Amino acid sequence: MLQLSDLTPDSFARLVSLEGDRSFQRRLMEMGFLPGTRVHMIRRVPLGGLIELEVRCCRVTLRLSEAARVQVALG
Amino acid sequence: MAKPTKACCETDPGPGQSAPKDAPLVAIAGNPNTGKTTLFNALTGKTAKVGNYPGITVDRYEGGARLPDGRVARILDVPGTYSLSARSEEERIALGAIAGLGQHERPDAIVVVLDATHLSRNLYLAMQIAELGIPVVLALTMVDTLEERGHAIDVETMEAAMGLPTVAVQAGKRIGLDELLAKVETVIDRERVAPTEWALPRNLADRIHPIEAHLPAAWDPVGPRRQAFALWALLSLDDDDEHQSIDPALRVRVNEVRAQAEADGVKLEQEIIAWRYRFIDQAEPNFNAARSAHIHVRTDGLDRVLLHPLFGFAIFLLTMTVLFQALFSWADPMIGWVEVAIGGFGGLVANVLPDGIIQDLIVDGLIGGVGAVLVFLPQILLLFFFIGIMEDTGYMSRVAFIMDRVMRLVGLHGRAFVPMLSGFACAVPAIMATRTMERRRDRLLTMMVVPLMTCSARLPVYTLLIAVMVPVGTGGTWTQGLLMAAMYIFSTVLALIVAGVLSKTVIRGPRVPLILEMPPYRRPHWPSVLRMLRQRSMMFMRDAGSVILVAAMVIWAMLEFPRTPDVGRDFAGERQALEAQLESGPSDRDAGDSTLAGKAANEQASTASIPSTPEIVTPPEASTLDMPMAALEEALTNLERERNAAQLENSYGGRIGRLIEPTIEPLGFDWKMGIGLVGAFAAREVFVGTMGVIYGIGGDVTEDSPMLRDKLRNEEYPDGRKKYTPLVCLSLLVFFALACQCSSTVAMVYRETASWRWPTFLVAYTFALAWIASFITYQGGLLLGFT
Repeated sequence: MLQLSDLTPDSFARLVSLEGDRSFQRRLMEMGFLPGTRVHMIRRVPLGGLIELEVRCCRVTLRLSEAARVQVALG
Repeated sequence: MAKPTKACCETDPGPGQSAPKDAPLVAIAGNPNTGKTTLFNALTGKTAKVGNYPGITVDRYEGGARLPDGRVARILDVPGTYSLSARSEEERIALGAIAGLGQHERPDAIVVVLDATHLSRNLYLAMQIAELGIPVVLALTMVDTLEERGHAIDVETMEAAMGLPTVAVQAGKRIGLDELLAKVETVIDRERVAPTEWALPRNLADRIHPIEAHLPAAWDPVGPRRQAFALWALLSLDDDDEHQSIDPALRVRVNEVRAQAEADGVKLEQEIIAWRYRFIDQAEPNFNAARSAHIHVRTDGLDRVLLHPLFGFAIFLLTMTVLFQALFSWADPMIGWVEVAIGGFGGLVANVLPDGIIQDLIVDGLIGGVGAVLVFLPQILLLFFFIGIMEDTGYMSRVAFIMDRVMRLVGLHGRAFVPMLSGFACAVPAIMATRTMERRRDRLLTMMVVPLMTCSARLPVYTLLIAVMVPVGTGGTWTQGLLMAAMYIFSTVLALIVAGVLSKTVIRGPRVPLILEMPPYRRPHWPSVLRMLRQRSMMFMRDAGSVILVAAMVIWAMLEFPRTPDVGRDFAGERQALEAQLESGPSDRDAGDSTLAGKAANEQASTASIPSTPEIVTPPEASTLDMPMAALEEALTNLERERNAAQLENSYGGRIGRLIEPTIEPLGFDWKMGIGLVGAFAAREVFVGTMGVIYGIGGDVTEDSPMLRDKLRNEEYPDGRKKYTPLVCLSLLVFFALACQCSSTVAMVYRETASWRWPTFLVAYTFALAWIASFITYQGGLLLGFT
């Protein structure tokens, strides 16, 4: 299974499932990251170890270590 | 009860209206970066006032606005939030203010600000708020941005779909404000009911039902609030959350409900969140065609440069350099103006008041103390000007993201970078700037380490000590420069280490995942920036200023009193003798010589033994002819300085210096340095002036004075050992680098944490650290054979 942190810039994927702390999952879901939602990987932020994603028209930034807890499928 | 009447004596025709205390309360809520504050400012005009939410230092903005029916409503700006669920106490403020929990007053209506370009996520919060049963009006912002991209939102359809009154507003241009207030007026007295457009599916409602019985009565869980609060508890309470005042029975029940759902194979929390988004996904396409459109074109273009691995980092460095330069150098002339103004004012007052203790109290104590507060304003204004622009444009978020990895290593938030950098100029504005972080823990941690950064007030002290340590010439300048650089590196590295240690011990907190919005770039809204500057400086003067003023006056008094002018020596007598001589003129010099009591004056005068013939006055000889006069005047000045030194020695501060001598002796310090340390509590650079006074050179001495430098270099103990050996100077440098002996910084931390607990901790740990480090430096140096 592919992880959100594996996506290359400017690729698209669909969220499959979330892992990690309950509060982490909840926060992501309330920001619109629900299973089935389409995400657009925009870029990696220099130095920061972060990735920028577009979900529901919103730009959201996640740490790579945290993005690794989100399973996605390409497309 | 009578309708609240119009406040009298209105002179301001602007938009805002001062509201009586019992006027209806309208809260403005919304996601961060929605233009919420701009709308608040447009509605309230000049009536907005900053305060604090109960129990926590989060700014609370309230103002007034007139409704069409003539009533004046109080308008409250609620901190921006993505959801009402909360992990920490500060996140709970939004819920408290919206639902009226605890000390928060319950609003009569809520305006939910929705960014039209991020509508679906914004609607999630609007739904949560509407579920509480409080009358809601939706205010759509950024419609103009959407229109630029060729899209529009069908407001009427949206109103019908959501069942909530909706208005498109452009607060900056004052478009839609009247309509918004009119809609607020229509809902304000409406009954509190749950929305009917969407309802929690039966199976989910049944599952959360057991929680409802355990909601605290103080939350008034009646009507729609029952289910809304049960949902809140389910989505907010965890074993590791930071809520302090939650009934354990409620926690137990929440865990039972979760366990039951898990046993039944139901992802309860996901289903609840998905239920709201499902409603949004069904309703939104009917009124918003722009759902998948590209609205980030301009931001993307900018980010391609500003977040570029190479250029982005270069621009970041450049921006931070400018910020630093501004605080470090540009503020200087402004600080100079403040000092000149205060000095001038003090001089004026001194002319009016008779000489004596009252004049000293007012001019040196009070006006000097006010000056001690005002000198911080230039840096505060400059720093918040930059912060305002960076926040408004969206660049601050980029800074936080770029610095996240580095700062996170030591437990700090990415946003702590700007306060830490500002700490190199001055800790006082830097501590104010910690407000750019939301979490109390992040703010506390930053506040505890910012005072370790090498602030500009330490520079005069370092310059003096390094000059005493290293003679100039033969490469000395280089050594001096290297030492100065080493002090900067030492303080920075130590601040980071301390942050790492504190974040794992005293200020431990659950690791918070970074899930943050990358806000689109926007032009700064200048009226908001200016308003923020005004509010920040007012807050500083009112809250921190009073503490700083008192501290400055106490330290001044400690070094000034008790006033025993003649300590072990007849200063007054000597002075009279000298003055008598001066008045009688140089012709009486011989007679004067014999009566002179002051030894110093005697020596000075006798070296200038040129016969006086006042009649012959030709320019070249004039100076030699005046010599005896000049010598007398100098003797008088010296006498005055010696008197000041004796006075300082005998003052309370001087006594403390002697008292603490045993504790600082192991660091290589004597009691005179102890007095210098006491004086440094006013501001570190005061150390230089205090040393000037104690060594009889005068309080107006500067750090590069060769006189003070030589005096310190030659200072000896009675047994002939030098006092200011390089090792002692190094030990003093280390002490100054670490000890938070700045009363203004302590006052600022007190103001920002609203208790004495953290300022006490700050002083205690930095002094312990300073003592230990200086001890190791000095004793270690002695062991290694340095003297």
